[in-house]
Amino acid sequence: MLTHYTHSLTSGPRRNTHLLLCWLAFFSCSILEPKKNTATKPEEHADREPKPYAHSDPKIAREIQAEEDEDEASRMFRNQYDTDVTTWSPAGRLFQVEYAMEAVKQGSACVGLRSRTHAVLAAANKAASELSSHQRKVFRVADHAGVALAGLTADGRVLSRFLRSECINHAFVYDAPLPVSRLALRLADKAQVCTQRSWKRPYGVGLLVAGLDESGAHLYYNCPSGNYFEYQAFAIGSRSQAAKTFLERRFEGYNDYTPDQLIRDALSAIKETLQGEKLTSSNCTVAIVGRKDDGTVEPFEMIDNKRIQEIIESMEAVEEAPVAAAESSSMQEDKGTDAAPMDI
Amino acid sequence: MWNLFFSLVLSASYGSTLRYKSVERIKAVGKHSLIGASGEFSDFQEILRYLDELTLSDHMWDDGNSLGPKEVHSYLTRVMYNRRNKFDPLWNSLVLGGVKKGPKGEEKYLGMVNMIGTHFEENHIATGFGNHLAIPILRAEWCEDMTFEEAVKLVEKCLLVLLYRDRSSINKFQIAKITTEGATIYPPYSLKTHWGFAAFENPSKGAVGSW
Repeated sequence: MLTHYTHSLTSGPRRNTHLLLCWLAFFSCSILEPKKNTATKPEEHADREPKPYAHSDPKIAREIQAEEDEDEASRMFRNQYDTDVTTWSPAGRLFQVEYAMEAVKQGSACVGLRSRTHAVLAAANKAASELSSHQRKVFRVADHAGVALAGLTADGRVLSRFLRSECINHAFVYDAPLPVSRLALRLADKAQVCTQRSWKRPYGVGLLVAGLDESGAHLYYNCPSGNYFEYQAFAIGSRSQAAKTFLERRFEGYNDYTPDQLIRDALSAIKETLQGEKLTSSNCTVAIVGRKDDGTVEPFEMIDNKRIQEIIESMEAVEEAPVAAAESSSMQEDKGTDAAPMDI
Repeated sequence: MWNLFFSLVLSASYGSTLRYKSVERIKAVGKHSLIGASGEFSDFQEILRYLDELTLSDHMWDDGNSLGPKEVHSYLTRVMYNRRNKFDPLWNSLVLGGVKKGPKGEEKYLGMVNMIGTHFEENHIATGFGNHLAIPILRAEWCEDMTFEEAVKLVEKCLLVLLYRDRSSINKFQIAKITTEGATIYPPYSLKTHWGFAAFENPSKGAVGSW
């Protein structure tokens, strides 16, 4: 490997410095790096989490492991073609873009779902430490639209500002809300630019864009690659596979769901990603936008903590009732601590 | 069931000469609107090109959303006001109307915007001499639930007044209608006028010493 580098040292001044720096970095990494400590300090990576441990549901744990094995295999040849985003790999991949999508997977989970008339976004709140406030993940972009993001939240904040300004500009010229599909396209085009400039890097954030326009409620997922798709329901971030599995079982009925039912399903999906941790109004955020039957618009708005807590409690009551009926023993009095049998 | 009416004279002038007598100054815009203009005809043609681009890209989206009359009116207002601020106005008075099915039912819209960017929405709009001669009639006799025939009669009454009193008009008119089903621009026609007044016979009878 060293000979390879020294050979290239002779071929032109610019390449020279580039590879020399690479070599130095490589060298310093292997010799100068302090002893690796296994516990990642949460304050340093406020927007990332430690790798998920095995999921308690064996089926889902298998799925996650399969995904990781696949990644591991393809990782072996990545290092040569991943230096900048404008370099293709021989297999036709842009590794920098794929790495950016990894960043999304590290962020805490977000979930979105929609019916014909309403769209709901929910996010699992993670605080960097007990002392700090939690990371803000759901942003209102306009009265009729909002986003939930996972990944590098600073990138997400900048993109939210861009989305807000697009909506405002459209409203100024046309005196009407920007249709959600057009908003998603503008965001996707902006993300694509960063995948095709050597002096830029892709945005490290995935956004769930939810909104309402005259053709109904919509949910889009925009990834760092510049791709976007419309979804009935989707989940992103760490442990999102659990939420996706939950949503896959139920999404077909979503078009006719009432807003309340959507909120419940969103909370249940977030609960799936918490893996045993208790769902309370302090570790999730929910927002909804939609149009009532009489035509009036309910603007994009976060649901307040009190209401979320009420909904969570009523969900738990429903879960416990069939269990209590099945067991002829007395009702569980302490709903709070022993939640393990109920959590999948 | 909302109908919206436009009527105008089919003429374009060259200064004060009424040079072109078959000029249609009304066009359909997208699926939901009609635009009519008075003033500089070439500027109107330019505006139609802008609107063509706008409606084409809106149509190509094919996403269930379409530009309604309110959006087109707002867009034109921005264009007109922007040009005025650059001291390079589009010398027109534009009338923009349409009907669009919204979530709360059919929504009708009628508004105007002029060369300095003044814009408003009203139940009856007129440009030029129409403001002085037709609007008073419309204010007195318009009501919310007229039938198609009543509306045509009312409009023809205004056109007749304008024909008699505006020296730059000719007896050739066109009516256009827009509903949720679409726009219809009717073929040109003339109104019956009466010139058989006694004072018009032998006009120079009482004239003194002229040749």
